[in-house]
Amino acid sequence: MPATRTLDPAAVRADFPILSEPVGGQPLVYLDNAASAQKPERVIRAVDHYYRHQHANVHRGIHELGRRATEAYEDARARVAAFIGADPDEVVWTRGTTEAINLVAGAWGIDSLDEGDEILLTTMEHHSNIVPWQLVAARTGARLRYLEMDDEECLRLDMLDEVLTDRTRLLAVTHVSNALGTVNPLAALIEAAHAAGALVLVDGAQAVPHMQIDVHALGADFYALSGHKMFGPTGIGVLWARRELLEEMPPYHGGGEMIRVVRRESSTWADVPHKFEAGTPNIAGAVGLAAACDYLTEIGMDAVQAYEHEVVRYAYECLSAMEGVRVYGPRDPANRAGVVAFTMDEAHPHDISTVLDSRGIAIRAGHHCAQLVMEHCGVAATARASFAFYNTREEVDRLVQAVEAVRRIFA
Amino acid sequence: MAQTHIDALYQRLILDHYRNPRNKAALARHSVEASRCNPVCGDEVTVQLVVEEGRIARAAFTGHGCSISQAAASMMTDVVRGLDAAEALRMAERFQAMMTAPGLPAPGPEDPLGDLRALQGVSRFPVRVPCAMLAFEALRDALAGVGGTPCPPVH
Repeated sequence: MPATRTLDPAAVRADFPILSEPVGGQPLVYLDNAASAQKPERVIRAVDHYYRHQHANVHRGIHELGRRATEAYEDARARVAAFIGADPDEVVWTRGTTEAINLVAGAWGIDSLDEGDEILLTTMEHHSNIVPWQLVAARTGARLRYLEMDDEECLRLDMLDEVLTDRTRLLAVTHVSNALGTVNPLAALIEAAHAAGALVLVDGAQAVPHMQIDVHALGADFYALSGHKMFGPTGIGVLWARRELLEEMPPYHGGGEMIRVVRRESSTWADVPHKFEAGTPNIAGAVGLAAACDYLTEIGMDAVQAYEHEVVRYAYECLSAMEGVRVYGPRDPANRAGVVAFTMDEAHPHDISTVLDSRGIAIRAGHHCAQLVMEHCGVAATARASFAFYNTREEVDRLVQAVEAVRRIFA
Repeated sequence: MAQTHIDALYQRLILDHYRNPRNKAALARHSVEASRCNPVCGDEVTVQLVVEEGRIARAAFTGHGCSISQAAASMMTDVVRGLDAAEALRMAERFQAMMTAPGLPAPGPEDPLGDLRALQGVSRFPVRVPCAMLAFEALRDALAGVGGTPCPPVH
């Protein structure tokens, strides 16, 4: 394996069947990857193969298919764990990032927090890293505090001393902002939180598709991710947590597979990670996600990151040079991954999106489940172009031409 | 999606109502009001009606959002003036029928929908129909004496 690989966009595009699908009679320019990424042939085939040849319930049957399904499922866990630098028994399957965060909120938060304890969030968070903590705060009497953003939509580390207190029990922070693309300085945040005696949960949904993640090197306590944003199936994701935390935490859902012995009045729990996996899991989803990880490993996350960096920088430069266009988030491309969000003086983001759609370009318009970000930016909505490694400079050119067309209509 | 559909969607009359909205004001005195919000995009319209002797003497709106939601509010508040509640509701039905049946013949110049006829092109963009309907939904709530469902405050 060469030390630094380069990515051939034409070759990787050929791996994604939907990218050659015309939309409205035009070639598709898919720039809504932060909402959900497309699936390579490898993932589609892995799911298909699983259902054709391996399916039964897992960890139950003694029969041959049950063995095959269990093997595929646990092998998938090991491969996904390896992809993020984790041990397999620290990897809990969830429906996605949202459920992973709700698991920590429900199992750790409800159980560990008391009145007066503080949960530190940031105004950059996706609603899925805010609302679960509001529910926990309402149940436990814990208090929510927020780390604010500066005028480049980067977190204000200068505020840390003020908002991290001896009552802070948890810092819940996104690795990469879904609404802005801001890459947060996790090392500094984790160090400060740990020094204050707080645990750290990282929402990694928007980071894993764009950069190599090593959860042990990162040093957080919880890391959550979604399969569908990293080219895997929908309905599967991962909560990674330090093993001793998983051991200490009570179960989240009760049911089959998560127990050791069930008696009339009480039960004992299976070992981690199965303690947190009640009910028949999304086996095909796990298999598909592992295939996505294998695929990304073959392309090389270093190549993905280097290639995407150039395309995103080009998009940022083109859009921010346009008159009447305001781009949000960090100006330094080193602090940005995957997203260029913008507004136009004359046209509402919804109108931008409709005109772009008529030219085969898919972006998202709205608040991006990040209303605190919109509040900070002083807008109700933005237009967001979000990238994956299969997007090209030519697609950025088509985006820019379409934004010009929006201006011609609305100017 | 053909370019002609985009041209039909963003006609001059619609953009004119968007840039120069009619009846955009918060009335000091009004008989009823209601707010509607599209939670998907955050577009918001509040409709206020002054009702005298059973007829809408004045309609006004406040709000923010895309060109379609705001132009529709501007046009609607023009068109319902002078109508009684039953007539205004029939107007809402007539508009909704136009929105949900793409390919109908264009309403003629005498059609009571007035400027709202220009929004017929929205019917070819199903995801935008809720934008066009937002003001009429608020109007229905106001006439029914319910306050509608405004966007909750963010704070």
